[in-house]
Amino acid sequence: MKRYFLALAIYFLSFNSLYALIEVDITRGNLDPLPIAVSPLHVDIKSVEHEGIKVKELGNNISSIIEKNFKNTGLFNPLKKEAFVQKPDIAHLKPRFEDWRLIKAQALVTGKLLVKDGKLKVEFRLWDLTAAKEMTALAFTTTPSNWRRVAHIISDKIYERLTGEEGYFDTRIIYVSESGPKSERVKKLAIMDQDGANTKYLTLGNELVLTPRFNPTNQMITYLSYFRNMPRVYLLDIETGMQEVVGNFPGMTFAPRFSPDGKKIIMSFAEDGNSDIYTMDLETRLVERITNHSSIDTSPSFSPDGKYIAFNSDRSGLQQLYVMRSDGSNVKRITFGKGIYGTPVWSPRGDLIAFTKMRKGRFYIGVMRTDGSGERLLTENYYQEAPSWSPNGRVLVFYRETKAGSKGEGFSATLWSIDITGYNERKLSTKTDASDPSWSSLLSK
Amino acid sequence: MILNTNLKNIFLVVFTTLILSACSTAKKSGDLDGDVYTGKETVKYLAKGVPDRVFFATNKSSLTTASRATLRKQATYLRKNKKLNVTIEGHADERGTREYNLALGERRANAAKDYLMTYGISGKRISTISYGKEKPVNPGSSALAWSQNRRAVTVKVN
Repeated sequence: MKRYFLALAIYFLSFNSLYALIEVDITRGNLDPLPIAVSPLHVDIKSVEHEGIKVKELGNNISSIIEKNFKNTGLFNPLKKEAFVQKPDIAHLKPRFEDWRLIKAQALVTGKLLVKDGKLKVEFRLWDLTAAKEMTALAFTTTPSNWRRVAHIISDKIYERLTGEEGYFDTRIIYVSESGPKSERVKKLAIMDQDGANTKYLTLGNELVLTPRFNPTNQMITYLSYFRNMPRVYLLDIETGMQEVVGNFPGMTFAPRFSPDGKKIIMSFAEDGNSDIYTMDLETRLVERITNHSSIDTSPSFSPDGKYIAFNSDRSGLQQLYVMRSDGSNVKRITFGKGIYGTPVWSPRGDLIAFTKMRKGRFYIGVMRTDGSGERLLTENYYQEAPSWSPNGRVLVFYRETKAGSKGEGFSATLWSIDITGYNERKLSTKTDASDPSWSSLLSK
Repeated sequence: MILNTNLKNIFLVVFTTLILSACSTAKKSGDLDGDVYTGKETVKYLAKGVPDRVFFATNKSSLTTASRATLRKQATYLRKNKKLNVTIEGHADERGTREYNLALGERRANAAKDYLMTYGISGKRISTISYGKEKPVNPGSSALAWSQNRRAVTVKVN
């Protein structure tokens, strides 16, 4: 009797998995991306023109952005629209699953939109074509000018449903825009959507600016500016444009980042040539010294729970990575491999530290566990550094510089991203040369 | 006869290779001691016979014998010109992470400043600034360019 029960249970399980909804496994590099059809969103005929927006094109444009987002993940293979078998409005009501399966699609996105009374109403559905089921559906209303964000939010919802992980499409990247010859670079703070759209410049290029980083709510940026030829850490409010110097230090402050609660800035301060790590509370203005060592201590990065700090020090002779408690106690070296290490950045999931490694004249971006074990090098190049995590901890963005000729010719600086699996390395499109990227958290959280 | 020409060709090839490699090593040892730049190509002068800069080995901020000689000349010059203040600009080559290079440039500028102070120049007359890898004097990506960029430059302020 017992045996019979067990057999039945197993049968039930396998039966269940046979009809389980499609899933994308993102823990491995995905060499077999999921074929997905993104139907243009049907534009309701009651829609009216809205200033500066091509309403008739909106359904196509939104679906194109979704397709591009999916293609860039490397996890999905968006199918060509010419092969689509149903009109957008009919498919959105209920797709003929067997017809879509014929073009080898496994998932289908449909939707419709209405622009009326100065508002954009959008709904979309995600269909599992194999199981012939609706997987998720969502409707929302916003201002028509937000249409690109609508596409990103839909992308996030679908990504979440299919991978079980938070998405990262409704995000922005802040970076340093570069122009001019290599020995006289003009650098400006720039911000763009994750897909390269909506680039805005936040400084004019009159002074050298470096290493911008978002606060947890994405409204503030901390960065290094050479304003009045005094290199100091600054704070910038993106909305108001207000800038202020952080603290009153008698020398260079640099390498700033926010604490995970956004209340403190952690950075290096160079006193008489020696760089140590400090924090400053933005509300109380209280400054705390975290390290006190005759070596260079820099590139600090908090763990997401705020309990630990990873940093870069040459106290052993050459650059290595260290982890300590957030009060500066319990300093432990975590890198012992061949080569030297810099720019440790704690993953938002807390499980990994991304870093730059230099060995035999080559530069690597890699990840390791927070105790230094399990080092994996993801990409090798002539020069690359400064990884920054996507908010879901699945992708890294970093910058790369090319080898220049004797007059500086052939030099370029570009942004790249790579999955932590080591797959799907790709160049990000930026209006100018670019460096020092920092990825925001999800804007619509 | 055929064999003979072949041998001649090989000899010619070997011979040219020898000349070429001899040239490149000669140039290297002329401008570099280890990997510290010893040439004059990028050097400017605070006054006649007073070079404005010192050079460093990769990842190092220690002063070489030649650097100390240069800084003693600068100290003598600053002692004679008591009203002159200077800024020492510390730089790194492009082969390091940006933030570490900022710290390294700071350390190099201060190494030069400390040496001037031991020769009697008041620290009040000397400010320092680090540019890390941001302002290469030689924009190339070669061992020579990097050696010229690893530097601390003394600049007159007034």
